[in-house]
Amino acid sequence: MIARLIPVIALAALIGFWEALVVLYKIPPAQLPAPSLIVSTLLANAPQLLSAAATTLAEALQALALATAGGVALALLFAWSPLLERAFLPVAVVLQVTPLIAVAPLLLIYLEPHAAVLACAALVAFFPILSNASAGLSGADRGLVELFRLKGASRTKILFGLRLPSALPSIFVGLRIGAGLSLVGVVAAELAAGAAGQGEGLAFRIVEAGYRLKIPVMYAAVFLLCLCGLALYGAFAGLDRILLRRWRDRPEI
Amino acid sequence: MAGAPSSGAKARPEGRAPFDALWRHLLPQGEKAGPFTPMSPLLSLQNLSLTFPGRTAPALDGVDLTVRRGETLCLLGPSGCGKSTLLRLVAGLETPSGGVIDWSDKRPEIGFVFQEPNLMPWADVAANVALPLRLAGVSRCEAASRVEAALERVGLKGLAKVLPRELSGGMKMRVSLARALVDGPDLLLLDEPFAALDEITRWELNDALQNLRAGVTILFVTHSVYEAAYLADRVCILRANPGRVHALVALEEARAKGAALRASPAYAQTCVRLSEGLRQAMEAA
Repeated sequence: MIARLIPVIALAALIGFWEALVVLYKIPPAQLPAPSLIVSTLLANAPQLLSAAATTLAEALQALALATAGGVALALLFAWSPLLERAFLPVAVVLQVTPLIAVAPLLLIYLEPHAAVLACAALVAFFPILSNASAGLSGADRGLVELFRLKGASRTKILFGLRLPSALPSIFVGLRIGAGLSLVGVVAAELAAGAAGQGEGLAFRIVEAGYRLKIPVMYAAVFLLCLCGLALYGAFAGLDRILLRRWRDRPEI
Repeated sequence: MAGAPSSGAKARPEGRAPFDALWRHLLPQGEKAGPFTPMSPLLSLQNLSLTFPGRTAPALDGVDLTVRRGETLCLLGPSGCGKSTLLRLVAGLETPSGGVIDWSDKRPEIGFVFQEPNLMPWADVAANVALPLRLAGVSRCEAASRVEAALERVGLKGLAKVLPRELSGGMKMRVSLARALVDGPDLLLLDEPFAALDEITRWELNDALQNLRAGVTILFVTHSVYEAAYLADRVCILRANPGRVHALVALEEARAKGAALRASPAYAQTCVRLSEGLRQAMEAA
């Protein structure tokens, strides 16, 4: 029980230290707002900020859905045909090593802002999902694969009857990483789109507040983004634990 | 013909003459009526060879071996002698680079038990055992009754709804055995199935296997002379570099079972004979 409280205590201590620093050295809010001011700003601007957070979160989830559908489908295709894997894996790697924040302004030229944000975030989340799904699909129990072959199962049957269920834990790892990255992608694209004077997500609020030198609002928005990330991670960790209980050798501690 | 080392003769090392007297002593003399003889061949391996791609040395080289219907034939040998490879060739999981596998009839239904239990962690015991039936398109309903029968044969009655992670290593292996038996195979291939288990569990599973063997031909890979002496009707001793048949040893036909067999002097003698054969195979390699 005490062990569980340790991170909470550490976090509270850090926030307390921050608050004390601001009060003791009389740091003006325009330079560094105290945590208490951030919370009160958050409460004062709640309707605006929360709706922006909802927008950002919805965009991240939509992008994650796109990335998951694409990543898992492509991984299945790669597992089904090694030839396709050889042909297209380098393309996927090129996508992965390109800093997508640099691509966001390009996407904004070709797509309307909402679609560009989704595309950018989906591209960022896509690769970890693809690579984890691929690893899971090819990591199926070799003996079981041979048993399927021995009993005359087709490639498709092995793929969907054995490889896909075997890969679910890996796919969920990819989802968890992808969820965090899709948020990064949404923020990056919103920043780019926001600079162009469009968008309504949290990142846009940050840019807007920056222009108006409302530093506490910027902090409040960053804090909400942090909560969004935690919520996404927690949701997928929880889903993983509930849905994949059977896959685990023993219950997680 | 029974037990004559004809198929192994070609592979025998030169200068084996001093051992001939010993082998004559070890092998039964002539044809005898008994529960394990005479038996028609189920399959014969003729001059079977396999070189893995990218390797120059063959894993198996010129293996001749006949497996008779209903017998339990143990493949015994040091590690790296190709005994598992031989089993995989018979199963069709590898393609020989030379020689033929000649089935007397059409290729029979084959059950395979691997070194690991290889169970699907997301499926319960019943679903794991039903796998070969489901792959063959047997209806869920019909599969259920056959799964129940198979579980009963391996001593796992009432555990159909349990998940693999809740089972001990020995029980997982029993599930794997039930899965191999569920579609009524004519030939059961076991690749060192009990190697990872503790001695007591291994005995229990050897007993279970001994009770299952009626009507099934069994090819059993092991590196344990004790296991081979306990289970086999005949033991094929392989040697390495390259893998080939060193000797075929037929064990006496009417033997005790279970603890009585383990306690019998005949069993101890068999172990000594097989150990000696294994030692020679290792020296010859």
